[in-house]
Amino acid sequence: MVVRAAQTERASEPRVRLLGVSKHFGSVQALRQLTLSVYPGEILVLLGPSGCGKTTALRIVAGLEQPDEGWVELAGRVVAGPRWVPPEARGVGMVFQEPSLFPHLTVLENVAFGLRNASRAERLRRASEVLERVGAGDLASRFPHELSGGEQQRVALARALAPRPSVVLLDEPLSSLDPELRRRMREELRRLLKTEGSTAILVTHDQEEAFAVADRIGVLSRGRLWQVGPPEEIYHAPACRFVADFVGEAEFLPGQVQRHVARTELGEFPCNGLPDGTPVEVMVRPADLSLKPSPDGPAVVVGRRFLGPDTVYEVRLASGRVVRCRFTGDAGLRPGTRVQVWATSPRTVVFPAEDPSPPA
Amino acid sequence: MTAPGAGRGAGSGVWFSARQGLLPACGAALAVALSLPVLTVAATVLSPAHGEWVEFVRLVLPRYVQNTVWLLGGVGVGTLVVGVTAAWVVTAYRFPGRRLAQVVLLLPLAVPAYLVAYAYADLLQYSGPVQSALRAWLGLARGYPFPEIRSLGGAVFVLTFVLYPYVYLLTRAALLEQSPLTWEVSRTLGYGAWGTFLRVALPVARPGIAAGLGLVGMEVLADFGTVKYFELDTFATGVYLVWFSYGSVAGAARLAAWLVGFVLAVVAVERLSRGRRRYHRPPGPLREARPMHLSGVQAAVALVACLLPPAVGFGIPGTYLAWMAWVGGDPLWSRAFLELAGNTFALAAATAAVAVLLAAVLAYGVRLAPSPVMHLAARVVSLGYAVPGVVVAVGILVPFGWLANLLDPYLRRLGLSGAALTGSTFTLVYAYLVRFLAAALSTVEAGLSRIGPTLEGAARTLGHGPSSVLVRVHAPLMRGSVFTAALLVFVDALKELPATLVLRPLNFDTLAVRVYQLASDERLMQASTAGLCIVAVGLLPVLLLDRAVHRSRVEAPVEISGAHRAEVRLTPPVRFA
Amino acid sequence: MRSRLLSTLAVLVVFVVLPRSGAFGQARELNLYNGRHYDTDEAIYREFTRRTGVRVNLIQGDADQLIERIRAEGATSPADVLITVDAGRLYRAQQLGLCQRVDSPVLHTRIPAHLRDPQGHWFGFTKRYRVIAYARARVPRSMLSTYEDLSSSRWKGRLLVRSSSHVYNQSLVGALLAWHGESFVARWARGVVANLGRPPQGGDLDQLRAVAAGEGDVALVNHYYYLRLLNSPHPVDRAVAQQVGLFFPNQEPEERGVHVNLSGACVTSTSRNRQAAVAFLEFLSSDFAQEVFARGNFEFPAVRGIANPMAAVAPATLREDTLNAAVYAANGGKALQLMVAAGWR
Repeated sequence: MVVRAAQTERASEPRVRLLGVSKHFGSVQALRQLTLSVYPGEILVLLGPSGCGKTTALRIVAGLEQPDEGWVELAGRVVAGPRWVPPEARGVGMVFQEPSLFPHLTVLENVAFGLRNASRAERLRRASEVLERVGAGDLASRFPHELSGGEQQRVALARALAPRPSVVLLDEPLSSLDPELRRRMREELRRLLKTEGSTAILVTHDQEEAFAVADRIGVLSRGRLWQVGPPEEIYHAPACRFVADFVGEAEFLPGQVQRHVARTELGEFPCNGLPDGTPVEVMVRPADLSLKPSPDGPAVVVGRRFLGPDTVYEVRLASGRVVRCRFTGDAGLRPGTRVQVWATSPRTVVFPAEDPSPPA
Repeated sequence: MTAPGAGRGAGSGVWFSARQGLLPACGAALAVALSLPVLTVAATVLSPAHGEWVEFVRLVLPRYVQNTVWLLGGVGVGTLVVGVTAAWVVTAYRFPGRRLAQVVLLLPLAVPAYLVAYAYADLLQYSGPVQSALRAWLGLARGYPFPEIRSLGGAVFVLTFVLYPYVYLLTRAALLEQSPLTWEVSRTLGYGAWGTFLRVALPVARPGIAAGLGLVGMEVLADFGTVKYFELDTFATGVYLVWFSYGSVAGAARLAAWLVGFVLAVVAVERLSRGRRRYHRPPGPLREARPMHLSGVQAAVALVACLLPPAVGFGIPGTYLAWMAWVGGDPLWSRAFLELAGNTFALAAATAAVAVLLAAVLAYGVRLAPSPVMHLAARVVSLGYAVPGVVVAVGILVPFGWLANLLDPYLRRLGLSGAALTGSTFTLVYAYLVRFLAAALSTVEAGLSRIGPTLEGAARTLGHGPSSVLVRVHAPLMRGSVFTAALLVFVDALKELPATLVLRPLNFDTLAVRVYQLASDERLMQASTAGLCIVAVGLLPVLLLDRAVHRSRVEAPVEISGAHRAEVRLTPPVRFA
Repeated sequence: MRSRLLSTLAVLVVFVVLPRSGAFGQARELNLYNGRHYDTDEAIYREFTRRTGVRVNLIQGDADQLIERIRAEGATSPADVLITVDAGRLYRAQQLGLCQRVDSPVLHTRIPAHLRDPQGHWFGFTKRYRVIAYARARVPRSMLSTYEDLSSSRWKGRLLVRSSSHVYNQSLVGALLAWHGESFVARWARGVVANLGRPPQGGDLDQLRAVAAGEGDVALVNHYYYLRLLNSPHPVDRAVAQQVGLFFPNQEPEERGVHVNLSGACVTSTSRNRQAAVAFLEFLSSDFAQEVFARGNFEFPAVRGIANPMAAVAPATLREDTLNAAVYAANGGKALQLMVAAGWR
């Protein structure tokens, strides 16, 4: 893993700060008590299933929605809460999921649109510079309807970056593109934001995208922020069952705490601080489960999916529970083979059985 | 507006082979039949001008042109300001009474301009109630300043408040069709609500606004009742004068041809000035912008701003008419009156039904068998909308009179006569179709263009023939636009006066004719009843129109907020060749 | 489904409405192209049908438009009779060859010579006097005298009149032309325009109301508009009539008398029911029809000796201008030209 530069800047004041922000639409609670900081130069990704409130959070930062309660600070200035600053006075840049270029303006005019206080020459210079940087320099005189979807999003990004906003807000900017393009644009997006030195919040439901772009990831569900942290932490040390389940594959083994270890069908796992007798669930990544054929093994292979580099076996344990084992290469096991299963990695996480987080 | 259906449908032409010939043939026949009057008028330009009207036109034409241009300009600016402002306020803001305002703003559509002119002239003239009351209060003597209602300014005032709904309706449709995300982008880029309105919403809504203004322009040029009542000499009154006072059909037609040419030139200039810009909505679900909430004084100002135009264009004249009808109107339930209402309704309904049918044939033809012939047919048929009713009447009477004399012996054998061509309900419906088919056609075409060709393909691969696709796929999906088209034509036909006056059969009057006759005989009180009836009958379709716009929104939750909706919307009823 | 329903509906409606194309040329029917639209006239048509068995079909409209329609319809025109509310349009129809001569002893004896075309192309059935209305409170009757006097500067800013495009004014000025010649009329028209209290506008009723309201003191109007107000069921209208007096000008012994316009009719040249058409014209001159005209719209009967309940508004011995209607009607075009040249819009 790359060492993220942003982590070293924690000492400075946050660029964006949300304090106890709540928002509801009718009877739907879109956000509950969201508290979150984004630091200068950092890319924060809000990850969550659709309807989790991540877009609402973004729109509240932009000033396109007003929070019901809580504060929003941008660059140390309160913009929502005790006082209200309209979106046009916040100095944010926004990129939406759908192409939202002004259809009556050329690409260059679109990018120059937000450069209000500069001279004409300066505006054109800056607009061309940003266009060049997003790799759309040759599109300057075209109209939006003459661009492909990917080109449109590049221009939209350039338009958002051109006025050097204090924070760039990206609402699923890549999801309208086809998968191949999406993968390429991801890398490019991160590179661009970093070279511009932008602070950014990106909203997505795609965990791969989140991992590829983020310095830190915040996982949201049902209006609540469940965990914020670097991608590795989110993946390997999920704070709750929901995060574990939503980010990557996970198997949950029921068990019980006995003398500081969680006892499960697949053995004992270390766990701290839970009193004896507590019912728990132990999260194991399928890649951390291993198996070998064993005529008197307690488990039986019941399914096999070949995925190219990996093979996933579905194995029925003695208790009848079926778990997945992700196997690098192919062990060549046929369904019906009796096997032994064990966990190979210490990176398991133990959750109390009554986890408050929602099912993924 | 562009013709998105045309491009999309292009591929599907391949699917047809055997029956393909029929549709273009129908389309061409329709085009020839419905463009006959306009072409007749246009052809007169080629014939040499002579007669005493030539001298007359030379003398008065400059004044006519001047008045017409001022009227067009005044009403254009007026409807632009009123219509666009109202559309923006009800689209971008949310305030108590917004839904009511959206409906009420449409009401002037139900009132013929001449009725509003009658009402305001009566109200505001020297001997009218307003000035009389002022004199009584202030003890004024003759010679105090008071704006003269029977003037150019008065006509601009009346026509502005009667016609602004066209701009309002089409601007609103254009605003709703815009991706509101662009408005939000604009706001995050530093423009406030008004900055966004002026720099993004307005320029992007330009085709809609232009289409609305185009309609207003047509209506102004075609208006006869108002300008005649206000003693204002315009092109339309000139056409009347040359035809009816100088008895020169050719002269009238020639004047009219200039008028039509002028209109087409303006439309062409607007289209050229758009250049390479395209304004169509990007694909994908539509989201409604989160309207900005207003409260307190701001909400009150918004509400008043929205209620003022309909009050002037509908409320005040409507109330005055109602008062007149109450005090001294026609007996409403007399047999004669019921017959008038029945005639009017039947005629408008028949026109609406036929118009929708023909529009469907043409629109479907353009889509299924796209060919230059078909496209030309669809455009030529739309020409009539730009032509005043009286010109259509000239264009019909001349060739039909000739035909009638030619066919008379044969018709007689059928128990008919030449009069079946020159003055019958058939002629009237025909005249209305020539005038108003464009409204139906563009609405139906717009509806059709929203149905992707893949849908058609899916149905065809599932074993449905073209007619089955029409009935099972298109018809249900097109219900909204077909309904809207029918309503538009219905309301137009209901109010039509000039062509009706000239072409109606014996013993056949409509409400509009009754109003005109009584008003021209200076029996305004009596006329008010028939006038109110037109308004009442016209009100229903206008309300339905609003419902159709409102209801056709398809709820499609995009985000948890529930505030974003995909919408299917009304498109401008008119498109020019 | 929907479109099938619609098409069925369309076909239905069209065929229900289509047959209403007007009867043509049948012996028991008479087609009137009618420029008069007074509901009270219907009594006359009903009575005619009752007496002769001939059904009357009507199309009412502006006479100019009806004339143009007859022209366009040409030989197939269903019109039998054209009725107008002024001599000017009858004259025009005649000039266009749309009227046929009628030699009816009844019409020639009952209708005074000046109210019909000398060659018998058309006949007037009611008389409409163009008179001066004045504000009782502000104008002593003795101040009023003749049409010619209206150009005198004593009426500066006090005179009201409708626009010159209206045929009633054209006929009046046409008569002045016949009596005084072009240069006099040109001068007179300029004088009138100089005296106008407001630009010409509105109809005759509007002039009466404006006089009552004080916008002007004298106005040129047709007499029956005043009578209509006087007999109105609405108090507002009667109040207007109370404040306004009616003056029949040019009554001095040496004068020619008040200008009289007429509402009349002709038999169209394409009529295929000439007999019924002539019978209808004759019926219009009957005592019955003449009385209906007088009662219904307060017009004066053309036929002598018919009692007019409204005659009281006119002087006991009314002198009327016996200039033939054909003469002033023929002058109408020239009159319009002179008025427009004088700035009378």
